[in-house]
Amino acid sequence: MTGTTTDRAVGTPLPRLDGHAKVTGTAPYAYEQRPDDAHPLHAHPVLATVARGRVRAVRTDDAAAAEGVVAVLTHRNAGPLPDLDGARDGELAVLQSDAVAFRGQCVAVVVAGTPETARHAASLVRVEYDEEPHDTELRADSPSLYAPEQVNPTFATDTDEGDVDAALAAAAVTVDRTYRTPMEHNAPMEPHTAVAVWEPRTDGADAEGTDAEGAKGTEGVRLTLYASTQGAHTVRTTLAPLFGLRPEQVRVVAPHVGGGFGSKGMPHAHDVLAVLCARAVPGRAVKLALTRQQTFPLAGHRTPTIQRLRLGADADGRLTAIAHEVVEHTSTVKEFAEQTAVGTRLMYAAPHRRTRHRLAALDVPVPSWMRAPGEAPGLFALEAAMDELAAAVGLDPVELRLRNDPPVDPESGKPWSGRHLAECLREGARRFGRPGGGAAPGSRVEDGEWVGTGVAASTYPYYAFPGSEALVRYDGGGRWTVRIGAADLGTGSRTALTQIAADALRQPVDAVTVELGDTELPSATVAGGSSGTASWGSAVVAAADAFRAEHGHDPAPGTRASAGTPEDPDAERYARHSFGAQFAEVRVDVDTGEVRVPRMLGVFSVGRVVNPRTARSQFVGGMTMGLSMALHEEGVLDHRTGHTVNHDLTGYHVAAHADVCDVEAVWLDEVDPHVNAMGARGIGEIGIVGAAAAVVNAVHDATGIRVRELPVTPDKLLG
Amino acid sequence: MIPFDYVRPADPADAVAAVGGRPGAAFLAGGTNLVDHLKLGVTGPDLLVDVSGLPLDRIEETPTGALRIGATVRNSDLAAHPLVRHRYPALSRALLAGASGQLRNMATTGGNLFQRTRCPYFQDTSTPCNKRVPGSGCSALGGHTRDAAILGASAHCVATHPSDMAVALLALDASVVLLGPDGERTLPLAALHRLPGDTPHRDTVVEHGELVTAVELPDRASARHSTYRKVRDRRSYAFALVSVAAALDVADGTVRDVRIALGGVAHKPWRAERAEAALRGTAPTEAGFARAADAELAAARPLEGNAFKVPLARRTLVAVLRDLAGAADGGTRHDGREGGR
Repeated sequence: MTGTTTDRAVGTPLPRLDGHAKVTGTAPYAYEQRPDDAHPLHAHPVLATVARGRVRAVRTDDAAAAEGVVAVLTHRNAGPLPDLDGARDGELAVLQSDAVAFRGQCVAVVVAGTPETARHAASLVRVEYDEEPHDTELRADSPSLYAPEQVNPTFATDTDEGDVDAALAAAAVTVDRTYRTPMEHNAPMEPHTAVAVWEPRTDGADAEGTDAEGAKGTEGVRLTLYASTQGAHTVRTTLAPLFGLRPEQVRVVAPHVGGGFGSKGMPHAHDVLAVLCARAVPGRAVKLALTRQQTFPLAGHRTPTIQRLRLGADADGRLTAIAHEVVEHTSTVKEFAEQTAVGTRLMYAAPHRRTRHRLAALDVPVPSWMRAPGEAPGLFALEAAMDELAAAVGLDPVELRLRNDPPVDPESGKPWSGRHLAECLREGARRFGRPGGGAAPGSRVEDGEWVGTGVAASTYPYYAFPGSEALVRYDGGGRWTVRIGAADLGTGSRTALTQIAADALRQPVDAVTVELGDTELPSATVAGGSSGTASWGSAVVAAADAFRAEHGHDPAPGTRASAGTPEDPDAERYARHSFGAQFAEVRVDVDTGEVRVPRMLGVFSVGRVVNPRTARSQFVGGMTMGLSMALHEEGVLDHRTGHTVNHDLTGYHVAAHADVCDVEAVWLDEVDPHVNAMGARGIGEIGIVGAAAAVVNAVHDATGIRVRELPVTPDKLLG
Repeated sequence: MIPFDYVRPADPADAVAAVGGRPGAAFLAGGTNLVDHLKLGVTGPDLLVDVSGLPLDRIEETPTGALRIGATVRNSDLAAHPLVRHRYPALSRALLAGASGQLRNMATTGGNLFQRTRCPYFQDTSTPCNKRVPGSGCSALGGHTRDAAILGASAHCVATHPSDMAVALLALDASVVLLGPDGERTLPLAALHRLPGDTPHRDTVVEHGELVTAVELPDRASARHSTYRKVRDRRSYAFALVSVAAALDVADGTVRDVRIALGGVAHKPWRAERAEAALRGTAPTEAGFARAADAELAAARPLEGNAFKVPLARRTLVAVLRDLAGAADGGTRHDGREGGR
């Protein structure tokens, strides 16, 4: 679909280079590392069963006496975390105090010879608590709401332009609705695992020395962590100072990752726990795999949101006012402020605009990144409200969006590097059929099912992070190696980088080997914000250019060159965002309210697509996750205990194969000239954005019932 | 892990003797529920008696025309059996509506009957549960009750029975053959499962050491006109919000025979006898179906989180009867709702 005549590999649907290894079980994931270690140890955490309080006592005798148990760590004996850089990350201060800040926080860990022994012994640890009153329930009128200093990652908390209240009062048509999304949890196929080896100094001295930073006994230590992570270097730069180590003392290895969606974007408590265990048994490999249940409190989650949307428009549907006010939660040990209303700032033009984010710090696990943090819940609410506005104005929902398509970024006034939302909407309507169809909602029944269609817009910002480096080496014999500490979460980034490198080196793809997922390789930024291909690919192209400039066209074997992510002068000149249009058809059983989604279509504008095969997988995967968000996903907190009662994949529903029918993703043939050498803006997250709104809008079209609280379960459609 | 002994007995009598001889022993068949519970700490038997290899894996017609299903017949095999598909379509559909393909390949006929509730509090050892620890309290009351019972619950337990297969078997008037230390006995399936009362830790009337060896299905005309409808939050691998198994025999514009069981609504598969009585001998009309559903659900006592189950059960029951009546009339509503949904 893309590709120019000068490209050879970029733009071609190269199959995943690691696909064979993965399907034959030979690609090592974190827990499978150290295969030559005949006697690794296994750790199993003990999690708090109260939502707030203090650990009064931990009785570990029975656990310690169990056969095969090597160590039982609690806050009393786990040892300090020097925290050299003073990050004071409350999520990572594992076993450092008796305080319990949420149910499911780690209060002890057992290290034993087998995973079964460790798990059994963990069940023998008796923890006594001084329980304190807790609050886990998010309420729009909570007295403890506060405005964070900024929202993830560095956006302004609030924005104001014009006089929203006056504009709403004067508007010919208004929508004032509140939408809610529940707690949602990432469910990567590979759960969160780590293997840690803490090798003490080998010069014969014991751990009594004190280095200049005040950390005891860490000089000469080597820590190796096989992690399931979206950024090996991120893990290293976070954990090394926590344990009083210099980054060079730490090696993080993650060649293959079985999905992350953001939940492996930064280290979590289990990574720290694995290293604490390893430090307690120096020289031994300690393996830790969270159970699926344990990932619910420990691997981050998407905050629930309460979103009030107010839209004002003239009689022709031209927006005069947009207000998007968000209430969401964070934990008491670490603030994470999801940027839910940020996408609204740029979606549509209106002279009067306001966004707000307010947080309640509750006694809940630490929220974190989940695919398209901010845009995924935020565009659900905005695009459902736009659908309500279209109905109020009496306008086709596609036409409403076209009328409000801003010529420049409404927030910054900058020109777009390429805003093609209108093309996406038109192309989608041409392929899918006009959503809404003209008939009144709830008026079409076929074979005992209400039938309806819906549309929603999507957007995701272009991120490219500075600081990645790539090394290119000519190996001789026509072989090239490219090294960069990037991550492949299963997205296909290894394959895409190989294509980019091959073209940059003007070599066939099978002449190039890309090595990634290791801090021994040149530094790379985290696989987050759909930034990987842009950030790492830019460094790879720069390194290839440097190689040619330094060594010409006939290099000697062993010749190498390095380069970092180049300057990005267009960052200040252009507003750079991807866009898309999502369409869904739903069929709702008239008797039972069960929803089917026989087809979805996404049309995306993302700059150049490096690999149509892996890109399609990202789009379709994102749309599927959006379908799942619309119909299935809901973490249920029991507010009496602060416990997520449906904390497994039986209770926490993600879409099953049977729920996912015809999901089609296409994209515009384009190159963004204002982003990077590839002209690509990133594809990992936009697929989820707007997908839930398209489904919910289609449900309204089908049934006449407007569901404003996700997920759309059958009980909400019984009328 | 908690150490336990493991034996593979040679015949059913040995299996019964092995479990009967040890209070902490348990039968292991497909393991699709018990193994989870071992990992979660929900139960901790000290002896597992593996009956999966016993010669109880046949499906055969008896001289009376009934179908005898061995206790270790796998769910997948049972669902696909030609006689089951032909004579007892509700059973085939119920089986295919359950769990996932992988689980159905492991799960057995006998084991399926003894599935324990999926009430989240039962499965989580950090919360009180009268079914798991008698006398400890019911965490579901006042908590998450979306999956809880609307019929026959008690102040001690609001759990639901999770099986699809058992609901269909109940509507098909199955009986269960049990082998115990004192020999064999046959129970109607309707008498197997219990309501919770004040002893919710007991799911069934089966005594320790008794082993299901077979399930028998009578040959009835109505069974051929039977179906199973499962309503759930996602289209596979989800337990029923509400399910309906029904068999309907209409002749000369009159309901000659009807059998109905509901799933997802009670501590046991729920035979809808009041609804059946309201329908028998009447004309099969939409209004009559609704009256029958109302008659059955008049006893419903929903909680805050599962009140929707009452109208959902009513509507699903009416829809199922409508479909069956339409099929009996020769008219069919195309709904694509074969098993697997």
